[in-house]
Amino acid sequence: MNSAEALIGTIPLSQGLMVAGILFALGLAGILIRRNLIYTLMCIEIMMNSAGLAFVVGASRWQQPDGQVMYLMILALAAAETSIALALVLQLYRRFRGLDIDAASRMKG
Amino acid sequence: MLDLLFLVFLFPLAGFFILAMSGGRFSERTASIIGVGAPLLAVIVTILVGYSFFTTIPTGGAYTQFLWNWIDVPGFHPDFALRLDGLSMTMISVVTGVSFLIILFSVWYMHGEEGFSRFFAYMNLFVTSMLFLVLANNLLFTYFGWEGVGLCSYLLIGFLYKDPANCAAARKAFLVTRIGDVAFAIAMWLIVRELGTLNIQEIMRLAPEHWAVGSGIATAVALLLLLGACGKSAQFPLQTWLPDAMAGPTPVSALLHAATMVTAGVYLIARTNGLFLLAPLGQEAVGVVGTITLVVAGFCALSQTDVKRVLAYSTMSQIGYMFLALGVGAWSGAIFHLMSHAFFKALLFLSSGSLILACHHEQNMFRMGGLWKKLPVTFAGFVIGGLGLAAIPPGDGYFSKDLIMADAFKSGHYVMWGFAVFGAFLTAVYTARMIFLTFFGEYRGSEPHHGHGGPATTPRGWTHHVPLVALMIATLLGGWFGMHISMLPASPAGEQPEILEKLPLILAVIGVIICWPLFVTHREFTARFTRRGLGNQIRLVWFHAMGFDWLWDHVLVKPWYLIAGFGRRDFIDQIDRAIERVFLGWNKVFTWSETGHLRWYAASVGVGAVLILAAIIYS
Repeated sequence: MNSAEALIGTIPLSQGLMVAGILFALGLAGILIRRNLIYTLMCIEIMMNSAGLAFVVGASRWQQPDGQVMYLMILALAAAETSIALALVLQLYRRFRGLDIDAASRMKG
Repeated sequence: MLDLLFLVFLFPLAGFFILAMSGGRFSERTASIIGVGAPLLAVIVTILVGYSFFTTIPTGGAYTQFLWNWIDVPGFHPDFALRLDGLSMTMISVVTGVSFLIILFSVWYMHGEEGFSRFFAYMNLFVTSMLFLVLANNLLFTYFGWEGVGLCSYLLIGFLYKDPANCAAARKAFLVTRIGDVAFAIAMWLIVRELGTLNIQEIMRLAPEHWAVGSGIATAVALLLLLGACGKSAQFPLQTWLPDAMAGPTPVSALLHAATMVTAGVYLIARTNGLFLLAPLGQEAVGVVGTITLVVAGFCALSQTDVKRVLAYSTMSQIGYMFLALGVGAWSGAIFHLMSHAFFKALLFLSSGSLILACHHEQNMFRMGGLWKKLPVTFAGFVIGGLGLAAIPPGDGYFSKDLIMADAFKSGHYVMWGFAVFGAFLTAVYTARMIFLTFFGEYRGSEPHHGHGGPATTPRGWTHHVPLVALMIATLLGGWFGMHISMLPASPAGEQPEILEKLPLILAVIGVIICWPLFVTHREFTARFTRRGLGNQIRLVWFHAMGFDWLWDHVLVKPWYLIAGFGRRDFIDQIDRAIERVFLGWNKVFTWSETGHLRWYAASVGVGAVLILAAIIYS
């Protein structure tokens, strides 16, 4: 047993999940509050990483590799999502001359 | 060769399908070869069938060809079967022969028109439907043809559909005849309920066994059949559609008036003669309807300015004679007049088509005149057809119409006879007026008027001349043979004084003679008399067909609209509206939630997730 495992092993599950939950709530609040699309994307990243943290914490608690595998997958998804989202951001910037997400609200009702 | 009978209707039907499926891709030449070839083959088959029918008369005087079962339920099985007897043999000869000549003429008339092959498709379907109608051996099959004829009349009257007035005329023809169709259908239901069959021969056999002479049910059936016949044959009180039906191209009018459609009612009554013999009241009503129509239509024809409308009212009047004949028991006379009328009316309509094209779609007789030199063939057609119509020998109408009047007198219907003789005088006057106005005097249409008229051009081409000459020969010779159809009840026996027999002819000749000063040499006098005061009033009443259009408009059409107006707000509609309102309300709620703002959606997802989690945790 090396030092890193020892360190994680000493953190209780509830505290790890609490950090993940706080991170998730922060991300969600960011999405709801900020109108700049770049910030929205960053907040989505925070939420995904908080979910990844919850997986890792759970995996170390039950000594199973599934959580780490899931975290790797979330990383890959996040990378793909970011590349597509940035392309959309560019399009939005060209079309609306800005990054205000509320400007793109024509598809209502 | 009698078993070739089914080919009579199969050829025109095939012609219709080929032309209809082509979708207008055929050249005018191909379309006319198919469109004319199909009825020509039908004529050839009719000749072959007729030859073997008359040389080896089948047992019982009738031949039945069973095609296939139509409906087969216990107690009710009408089938597709054709019945050929003296009556239907006469009818298919007239229908195929006259239709073929009219369709051949259409090749000349419709040259260069839009929808050329569509026109020939409809004409072939029209002939097919009429053949179904006359060959059917049960009433349901007859009704099938009856409705087909109604459909085709709608399609052809509205053929030039780009003018809304033509579409209105087509709708009017369809709806007015539909009133009669409903009466016919109710008559069929009564017959099925009472006798349990629709086979015409069985009806004729069973009806006298079940119904007493003059019983209520027999009278009801006869009167309903009469109303049905009135619709199709444009008799009082359902006659208003026929003059408006002139909206179609002239060959359509010819086909409608001569060979198909309007003769259907006469045929129906002649075919179901047994029912009318059981209902003397019904038969009397047939005669009264015919008498009223022939006099009213004769007056209306006197004041028309449109050459086709004169002919339309003359058709109404002549069909009135046929109804009168049926009413007084001159069954063979009615069918004889039907045949001779088919010849001279087809001739007159085709001649008027030729006249109208020669005058560049001008139809007003007061803008014609002096055309006999320029249009010799058309003029000959008008004169010979006019002789037939006015019942002056050697025109075929003389023989058939005088037979009808003689039978009316012999059977003791003196009032009807009097009106018929007076009608003969009217017929001669309006026929002579039409011919004198168009062909004598000076030409009054040299200046184009609303894009019509201008110097007349002489029609050319064999497709123009051949049908006209063939119909002229038929009109001149058709009457000499006389006609007696053995399957119909015998004509009334009785005496008629010699002088009364000649009276209609004398009156007709007088009518023609007085028209010469009235409409050729002293036209100004007539015009002065009919343009002011009482003369003008009478002329206007006649011109507007005695106001029957106005009457039906106020008695039926406007109340109908009124009821429909009430109906659209009744309580059933309120229920429907309530359902609609519920959906509209929910629609508003959900429309409101779709704001288009991304952050709103994210918040909704978040709130939703929290609610679901809460539900899972606390359940």
